[in-house]
Amino acid sequence: MAGIEIRNLRKHFGDLQAVDGVNLSIRDGEFLVLLGSSGSGKTTLLRMIAGLERPTSGEIYIGDQRVDGDVPPRARGIAMVFQSYALYPHRTVFQNIAFPLEASRVPRKQIDEKVRWAAELFSITRYLDRYPRQLSGGERQRVALCRALVRDPKVFLLDEPLANLDAKLRNTARDDLKRFQRQIQTTTVYVTHDQVEAMGLGDRIVVMEHGKVRQIGTPQEVYEDPVDTFVATFVGQPPMNLLETRDPSLPARTLLGFRPEHFLPRSVFGPTEDTRTFRFAVRRVEYLGSDRYVYGSVVETGTAPAEVTIIAKLPATIALPIPEGETHEFAVPRRALRYFDADTGLKRTP
Amino acid sequence: MTPRRTIADREDVLGAIMLAPSLAYVILLVGVPFAFAILLSFSDATAGSLHFGWAGLRNYAAILGDPIFLRALRNSAIVTIGSQVLVVMLATAAAQVLRATFRGKRFARFVLLLPWAVPVSLAAIAWTWIFDSTFSVINWTLKAAGLMHGWLYWLGDPALALLAIIIVQAWRIFPFATVIVLAGLASIPQEIVEAAIVDGAGFWRRLFQVELPLLLPVVAVAVLFGVVYTATDLGVVYILTGGGPANTTHVLPTLAFQRGILGADLGQGAAIAVFLLPFLIVVAVAMLRLARHTEVGAR
Repeated sequence: MAGIEIRNLRKHFGDLQAVDGVNLSIRDGEFLVLLGSSGSGKTTLLRMIAGLERPTSGEIYIGDQRVDGDVPPRARGIAMVFQSYALYPHRTVFQNIAFPLEASRVPRKQIDEKVRWAAELFSITRYLDRYPRQLSGGERQRVALCRALVRDPKVFLLDEPLANLDAKLRNTARDDLKRFQRQIQTTTVYVTHDQVEAMGLGDRIVVMEHGKVRQIGTPQEVYEDPVDTFVATFVGQPPMNLLETRDPSLPARTLLGFRPEHFLPRSVFGPTEDTRTFRFAVRRVEYLGSDRYVYGSVVETGTAPAEVTIIAKLPATIALPIPEGETHEFAVPRRALRYFDADTGLKRTP
Repeated sequence: MTPRRTIADREDVLGAIMLAPSLAYVILLVGVPFAFAILLSFSDATAGSLHFGWAGLRNYAAILGDPIFLRALRNSAIVTIGSQVLVVMLATAAAQVLRATFRGKRFARFVLLLPWAVPVSLAAIAWTWIFDSTFSVINWTLKAAGLMHGWLYWLGDPALALLAIIIVQAWRIFPFATVIVLAGLASIPQEIVEAAIVDGAGFWRRLFQVELPLLLPVVAVAVLFGVVYTATDLGVVYILTGGGPANTTHVLPTLAFQRGILGADLGQGAAIAVFLLPFLIVVAVAMLRLARHTEVGAR
């Protein structure tokens, strides 16, 4: 068991700064998610922790051991699960799980016990004699986790392990993964571009963009209190609405931010609730079963409707009819409003 | 104007037309001589006469009772197997080197491919100098390095001559095999190799337990080509030793040439040449089956 300490880590590929000065402190036993779009540097960061990529500069500590130099992957006490699972196609499930143990010269008998124990844990015992190609995506993923588990790693590194599963399977796999991590309590770094996975799995989320860390926080912090407009629009589906307002009580060039689920018809709120009201020109209503998405723009008195599309997310519990093409009174509770500087994108206190 | 169906719309006709030239080539230049050779092997035909008499299995009986033929058959097997073992080892090693990134890699790949591009006869002549009984550079090098006392008569001693032939055959096939193995290595997913690294496997374990098993189908194809090229090659042995000394280094193609063309006994020459066919077919089928069976995880 060990935490991970990353100091001022950089990785350049030619002119590209894939990872650009990252500082990160991962606690022992924590489930940390690196969230970012492709090219944000999250995978490069993971590969540097694994030892598959050598940092241009900076320091990495796993436990008390500094590993950024010449420490090879096998000496770092890590186990990694790849997006494609990277199972050895010519080896049976048993031989796949046994491979890391064979590589560290564990006695035969112990290997046998360990493999069966891990297979039991992931209920894949009956597949032990099969080849990877005879397994479904979900089963392969469990074999990959087994192979990672038997090494007793100090740190688990997972590179989008759910990306190749179909949507239905992904939910249960996510649940399994989280339960499994809670059970063994091993420090885990998990890379994903899927914010739902990030929110659901992470004790904390690290939002990355262009090789830099934009925000570190619990899923709740990142979602409710984004530090800048990038995080505000990257996390959340649909993203946070950003609206430049001419409100005289606010500094010039301020963006108002509010989540679509907070933007509801005025009549939904009680008369005593402290809200900010908008006139909302509704363009289109999308019926999605559990929700309605209402697309439109905010009309401010004396001006033409702003061009920015604003989305409201109405739960099915609000049955109020909203005709398209008309302007309605919508409101946001003041406690749910966020403010950003329109020029720097950074959060601003009102 | 009504749009009409042109020949380009008729895939059946178009296919037949496009296939025809290569089909004609194979039938006329490979099929016919081949069938003719089989026919000849059952005849008492000789060069310089139009007489064609049925000989039944007499030609086969004759060669099977001939110690020179049996020696040539054994030599063919030794040369083919020996050179292919050498080729597989060298090609795997060379592919590992050429996969790494280093300065001058492109040049190294180019140089490596040269033996493949050089005409066999030209190369074989160069090798006769290398193995020359008086001026052999191999001997000179070994002597200069202090590794050898005495002298090796490469093409004069039957065992050494056979070794020389194996070396030249291996040298000739090796670039081609390396390119095939390189392609095979490139087709192994990077993540699998990285998984093996993270799992703690060192270079040798990765090579023997991950890469080579995954390369097996590709190597099988390379070996298949190598076997066919080597077993049917006439030029190297013909130029290097001419079957000598004293008919000890003949392989089937050189013996067939000597008996059938130089010796004018077309029937026996054909029998010797055709004798190889069943073996090559067995090898080809076995290799292709191996390749299919070892294809990623199949069983």
